[in-house]
Amino acid sequence: MNLQNFSLKTEPVSIIVNEKIKSSYRRTFMLVLKRDLTIAMRHRDDIINPLVFFVIVITLFPLGVGPEAQTLSLIAPGIIWVAALLATLLSLDRLFKSDHQDGSLEQMLLSPQPIFIWVLAKICAHWLITGLPLIFIAPLLGVLLHLNEQSYVALMLTLLLGTPVLSLLGAVGVALTVGIKKGGVLLSLLVLPLYIPVLIFATSAINTASIGLPYSGQLAFIAALFFGSLTFAPFAVGAALKVSTN
Amino acid sequence: MWKWLHPYANPEVAYRLTTKLLPWLITLTTLFLGVGLVWALLFAPADYQQGHSFRIFYIHVPAASLSMGIYFAMAIAAFSSLVWQLKLADASAAALAPVGAIFTAIALITGAAWGKPMWGTWWIWDARLTSELILLFLYLGVIALHNAFEDKNLAGKAAGILTLVGVINIPVIKYSVDWWNTLHQGSTVSKLGKPAMSLEMFWPFLVCFIGFSLLVGVIVSLRFRTEILSRNSIRPWVQELVQAQTKAENSK
Repeated sequence: MNLQNFSLKTEPVSIIVNEKIKSSYRRTFMLVLKRDLTIAMRHRDDIINPLVFFVIVITLFPLGVGPEAQTLSLIAPGIIWVAALLATLLSLDRLFKSDHQDGSLEQMLLSPQPIFIWVLAKICAHWLITGLPLIFIAPLLGVLLHLNEQSYVALMLTLLLGTPVLSLLGAVGVALTVGIKKGGVLLSLLVLPLYIPVLIFATSAINTASIGLPYSGQLAFIAALFFGSLTFAPFAVGAALKVSTN
Repeated sequence: MWKWLHPYANPEVAYRLTTKLLPWLITLTTLFLGVGLVWALLFAPADYQQGHSFRIFYIHVPAASLSMGIYFAMAIAAFSSLVWQLKLADASAAALAPVGAIFTAIALITGAAWGKPMWGTWWIWDARLTSELILLFLYLGVIALHNAFEDKNLAGKAAGILTLVGVINIPVIKYSVDWWNTLHQGSTVSKLGKPAMSLEMFWPFLVCFIGFSLLVGVIVSLRFRTEILSRNSIRPWVQELVQAQTKAENSK
């Protein structure tokens, strides 16, 4: 009897609370996303420099390997993807560093919102700023490297699915090294081994596409990596940030 | 049920336990390693195809499988330190990491030394060699992160998170590398140990394996003791221990 009364009384309240939490989850996400995008727009160099790096690294290869179209088209998928890994790595630093320096990271950690919400928003913003431009610029570089014509769609699709994985896994590395003064080189040591599966599946998908075979299997693997890291990475980032900010 | 374990979370009790266990571990290690290595390197029959160069496997295989095993041990220690906040688990993870890295390096070097006469090159991009190399990178990352922090407690936590991320990734990396290898290499070198090992080779191998596992136990306990002492250097029991030891040395 008592229990029933209790549940009747509390039900509407719990619904209201739920509604509030839901809206505030979305609000938090959008707020942090908008904030990070605004900051990025005001420091455009941070967006452009990794892209320029991406292009320069790729132009170095024909100079080093030689201009034969056949050799270039053979190694093009690997070069583009390795350059994408390195460009992402360079841009990762700004994910938490400036927030850590001016103290806003600690404020966010202290806020009542669950950590994974705003961490996810920050990673999302990072991908929009660095991953998305890579996808648009990659076909152009494919032309420079004489990429096989059948491979362009595969290149775009693997980048579309793979670069979010790079941002998510990289965020764990940045969160671990954000408190360290010279974290840059260390970051590459931590993160690059974790990028290997993405690299393998992506380049294999592009190569398979170039001989006209279906590559949906490789895409499925990259998608699995994406959803796996989407599920686990924000929690690892949260734990790591707590350690780093102490 | 687990109550008997609780006292060992105390650094002093754990330290005294290692003091008691170490002499036993050391004698067992010398016994097994001595017998095993002499048996394997001098008396076990040579392989009918590979001849005497086969004998490097008595070192290579234990090192390779222990390198994986140590990473998993480290991950278990990291997990218990993050979940149950056990400081000693941190210390043991810190003690394990360099040992694991060295065993991975031994596995790689002995593998290359075997590959030179067999394959004709020091290195080929074989699936197992590649994943072992990546494992070495993962170890180096954990060690580097550990060294980057001044505060040992923070270092342990950060390295623990990285270890757990790594342990989730190891199967993925291993699988993807295997898969990559089957795509790229039409003619892989015939699998090792495919012709089932004869018993004459198996027994010395087993003794060697146990010997190397015990060796890991000895080195890790020694490092674990040092970790405990350096982390608890302000505690009275450590200072008493040091004083007692210096007194004993002076009286000599």
